[in-house]
Amino acid sequence: MSEKKLEQKKIASVKTFKKIMADHFLQIDAAARDPGRKVAWCTSVGPAELLQGFGFEVYYPENHAAILGSTRTATDYIPYANAAGYSPEICSYLTADVGAYMQGFTPLTKVYGIEKIPKPDVLVYNTNQCRDVQDWFMWYSREWKVPCVGIETHRGVGAVTKVHIDSIAGQLQDLAGKLEKIAGHPLDMDRFKQSVELSRRCSELWDKVLRAGTAVPSAITFFDGTIHMGPAVVLRGLQVAVDYYQELLVEMEARVQNKVAAVAGEKHRLYWEGMPVWGKLRNLSMQFLELQTCVVASTYCNSWIFNQLDPDEPFESMARAYTELFIVRSDAVKEDYIARMCADYRVDGFFYHNARTCPNNSNSSYGMPQRLTERTGKPHLVIDGDLNDLRCYSEEQAKTNIEAFVEQLAQAT
Amino acid sequence: MKLFCGIDVGSAATKAVLITGSLEVQGRGLCPSGADFSAAARQVFDAALAGVGAGEADVEAIVSTGYGRTNVDFATARRTEIDCHARGAYHHFKRAITVVDIGGQDNKIIQLDAAGKCLKFAMNRKCAAGTGAFLEEMALRLNVPIDKLSKMAENSAAPGVSIGSYCTVFAMTEILSKVRAGVKTEDLARAALVSVAKRLLETQAIVTDIVATGGVVAHNPVLRDILKEILKTEVHIPPHPQHIGAFGAALVAASEQKE
Repeated sequence: MSEKKLEQKKIASVKTFKKIMADHFLQIDAAARDPGRKVAWCTSVGPAELLQGFGFEVYYPENHAAILGSTRTATDYIPYANAAGYSPEICSYLTADVGAYMQGFTPLTKVYGIEKIPKPDVLVYNTNQCRDVQDWFMWYSREWKVPCVGIETHRGVGAVTKVHIDSIAGQLQDLAGKLEKIAGHPLDMDRFKQSVELSRRCSELWDKVLRAGTAVPSAITFFDGTIHMGPAVVLRGLQVAVDYYQELLVEMEARVQNKVAAVAGEKHRLYWEGMPVWGKLRNLSMQFLELQTCVVASTYCNSWIFNQLDPDEPFESMARAYTELFIVRSDAVKEDYIARMCADYRVDGFFYHNARTCPNNSNSSYGMPQRLTERTGKPHLVIDGDLNDLRCYSEEQAKTNIEAFVEQLAQAT
Repeated sequence: MKLFCGIDVGSAATKAVLITGSLEVQGRGLCPSGADFSAAARQVFDAALAGVGAGEADVEAIVSTGYGRTNVDFATARRTEIDCHARGAYHHFKRAITVVDIGGQDNKIIQLDAAGKCLKFAMNRKCAAGTGAFLEEMALRLNVPIDKLSKMAENSAAPGVSIGSYCTVFAMTEILSKVRAGVKTEDLARAALVSVAKRLLETQAIVTDIVATGGVVAHNPVLRDILKEILKTEVHIPPHPQHIGAFGAALVAASEQKE
């Protein structure tokens, strides 16, 4: 059997993407070495805008952990954290990042020439991602003897009420008081509001970019999204992210207009629920390409859209944005969301990644795939794996399951 | 005579089936997969051809399946073992069925509608629980040749003995503690097979009759009764259950040729 040589459709904006991501890391590295500047670590959906309002350079360790994953170095370092009492069953972002630190390793050295991760002046979390981020930051807080502060989220939220918003907005205001002492100066309200406004604009543009996946054929894949979401995570609140997504959107709109398919000969369209398998992005992307199946949308890439942000009500709108997000909602709300996405993106089936060390961001353990299949009539596939720990991933099993799922989809058409 | 071939390169064994355009089986081949999947595929293909007295030129199309499906460089197409076991089993039982394939390293549960279309499927999780590999470990621990496990289980007089853990390592520890407690080998052999059935029970809800395929069923006939008891449904075994994947692949080869 002769194999066809397949090529992924390149996104031209990746050149700008690489430059602004490099600038981001180099700027934080410089700030960490400058006694006159302050660095804050922030969880990926933490209060970045508030930190920017205080003038902190903001570093996102989840992004660093994802780089450990995508460079396939995470699995080498996870065991060191395991041996230090951090179980193989907990977040492999945490274990990879802490394990790498223990061994004096960062992938930033090879990519950007940065010697080590930036030592922070404060660690700021929002437990909306999970409780593990708090444990993660507390480890560094003890290691470096720097303060660790944050927001305790609500979980399993059905309708978002004033009680929820008041509670989180109140915590944000309390947090501002703590940050003022660490920063050594009051919050710059104008800068804070500007950051909220830029974050919202970044979100709106990123949303539009992702909606290129509603086109048939889709102009973008989930795998493209996992790369190009970088600025929405680590540069939101800054003009550079807005500029980047304007450029990327132009490219995506041109693709849609010209019916350029991200997956040549697109036959099937899937929805990805759960975390990426960072170390296998390319392999999975190539397999779907070969199967002429496009993963057109995901919960994950859409999790950095905060259109609720409003500079006129910065605390309240941040509270709303960071409480209305998918990950902290009830299963009923999550199911409505995915069903809506299924219709909007015209998907033929659902792919669930059951990430062993990320139960908080895996939605296949309480019957949701079965309920959504019954509701939408679209079949589903659940793959066991992990975001970073490749010891939990059987590539052969995953490949066979994906291939068989596409065979099943082909029978249905 | 035009022939069509299916080759199933499984984790433990490689199988070949040759059929005619009217879907009649003409020959079969079987050998251990070993470490060289390409060589195993060639070996079973040649064996099947030799059995029929045919040559390679008589074969119109060859479809490979199984773990080593991509290693069969002389195949004209490939399909997953899920599709092939489904097609092979449905050929013998043309109604809504659930195909249960217990292989060397994985299990598959495939629900088909009355027309033979796949409604859903599931495979075992990453571990070897409930697979042929689990039984091999158990046989080793019990010091019983793997091909004698079924016979021993048939002689069990205490069907209530069970292995609780689904982890193969934990299950072996459990076996050791039962051996120490004086539980008979026959009862432990049966408990190992019951454990396989219980892993299937938790993989996917089964709502139709079962058609059991694969090497484990072929070599452990007592498993049919155990599956029936644990899964509470009728269990059918097609002819040559270990070759059903290869047979399904041969059916694909024949059908694609017609198209």
